[in-house]
Amino acid sequence: MKYIDEFRDGDGARHIAANIAAEVRPDVAYNFMEFCGGHTHAISRYGIADMLPANVRMIHGPGCPVCVLPIGRVDLAIRLALEQGVMLCTYGDTMRVPASDGLSLIKAKARGADIRMVYSAADALKLAEQNPDREVVFFAIGFETTTPPTALVIRDAAARAVKNFSVLCCHVLTPSAITHILESAEVRQLGTVPIDGFIGPAHVSIIIGSQPYEHFAEEYRKPVVITGFEPLDVMQGILMLVRQVNAGRSVVENEFSRVVTRDGNLAAQNLVSQVFELRESFEWRGLGEVPYSALKIRPAFAEWDAERKFDLHYASVPDHKQCECGAILRGVKRPQDCKLFGTVCTPESPMGSCMVSNEGACAAHYSYGRFRDIAVVAA
Amino acid sequence: MCLAIPARVVELLPALRAVVDLAGVRKEVSIDLVDDAQVGDYVIIHVGYAIGKIDPEEAERTLALFAELAQAEEEGQP
Repeated sequence: MKYIDEFRDGDGARHIAANIAAEVRPDVAYNFMEFCGGHTHAISRYGIADMLPANVRMIHGPGCPVCVLPIGRVDLAIRLALEQGVMLCTYGDTMRVPASDGLSLIKAKARGADIRMVYSAADALKLAEQNPDREVVFFAIGFETTTPPTALVIRDAAARAVKNFSVLCCHVLTPSAITHILESAEVRQLGTVPIDGFIGPAHVSIIIGSQPYEHFAEEYRKPVVITGFEPLDVMQGILMLVRQVNAGRSVVENEFSRVVTRDGNLAAQNLVSQVFELRESFEWRGLGEVPYSALKIRPAFAEWDAERKFDLHYASVPDHKQCECGAILRGVKRPQDCKLFGTVCTPESPMGSCMVSNEGACAAHYSYGRFRDIAVVAA
Repeated sequence: MCLAIPARVVELLPALRAVVDLAGVRKEVSIDLVDDAQVGDYVIIHVGYAIGKIDPEEAERTLALFAELAQAEEEGQP
């Protein structure tokens, strides 16, 4: 497939790996955080970690919307479906996220709740129009990539006066999460999470452009390379970060220039700001309350805001005591450092959110990396 | 979650919709967010919406970048 196959070429990957090996300095430790779950998945799936020199370490970041969705938000959706009897539409990714009382959306569905998996936000609006006697709520999660489609359906619902449709908005923002990590005690004071640069988001940056990251490069002196999700993109992004560290530079570079521009998709940005405004604070799993890190629906579209329509109030719910998702999402721990990993917590029956989405650090390590550190013994 | 794939626009439909082709699989998507998309363009599809357009020249430039030699080798250093 064009624009996919040539970016997955094995020989090309080996060539870039040789460049990285030739250019890293043996006395320097290179710690790079890949913010996005898409990169985490690519690094595990294509064995990129094995192609890097030992002093180049990739730290998984919190850029997986399913992973950072706190229990309390899933609880709101489950209660809407179970107690208010709404038809709840959601992307498939959220179905198995563990919530309170041993429930998840998929278990609530088994109990009789009307929960529908949809491919697109537009499908949820279509269901509302086909079922005018039912209240239909779209459980909207995701980063900047996924927000414009939600904005479009809210705009369309308002234009077509679809009164039985509303959106439970859980959209979050990438730059505020990066700021939160850079300001965290582990990075700033304790130094337990050394970060020498960022692999910047691929598809998020199509929407927001490369400009929003310039602040991190300047203010925090951290190089950022916006990188595509294909394996050769990731390898090249790492090489570009190594070069910046070697040269003592910290600027924003764009490896994914075939789709990402400095300004991003302005039409999408305008639409998002017409429909949404900043939330003062939003709880992220792992990061806690992060100021101005999420969006809510503007008062002009209040009729389509499920939080207003059903008078919903968010309540924070602590994670499972032994679950290390929080520390893993902050880059403090690795999946294999968690007691539950691969024993009680597996992709089939996840205890924590990082095991749910295939972009989660735990699911990626479980699927592709868990036997890496185990020596092969002849039978 | 941010999963998105490049696909070729094969037909423009009314109301900012289009048919795209991905290795023989055809699907109708919205081009509301990329309203200047033309037949033959490659667009990035996410949850049924085109969110960006691929610049073929930039793609070639990136592929050429992959093939470059290491900086040390280029500069003739050990």
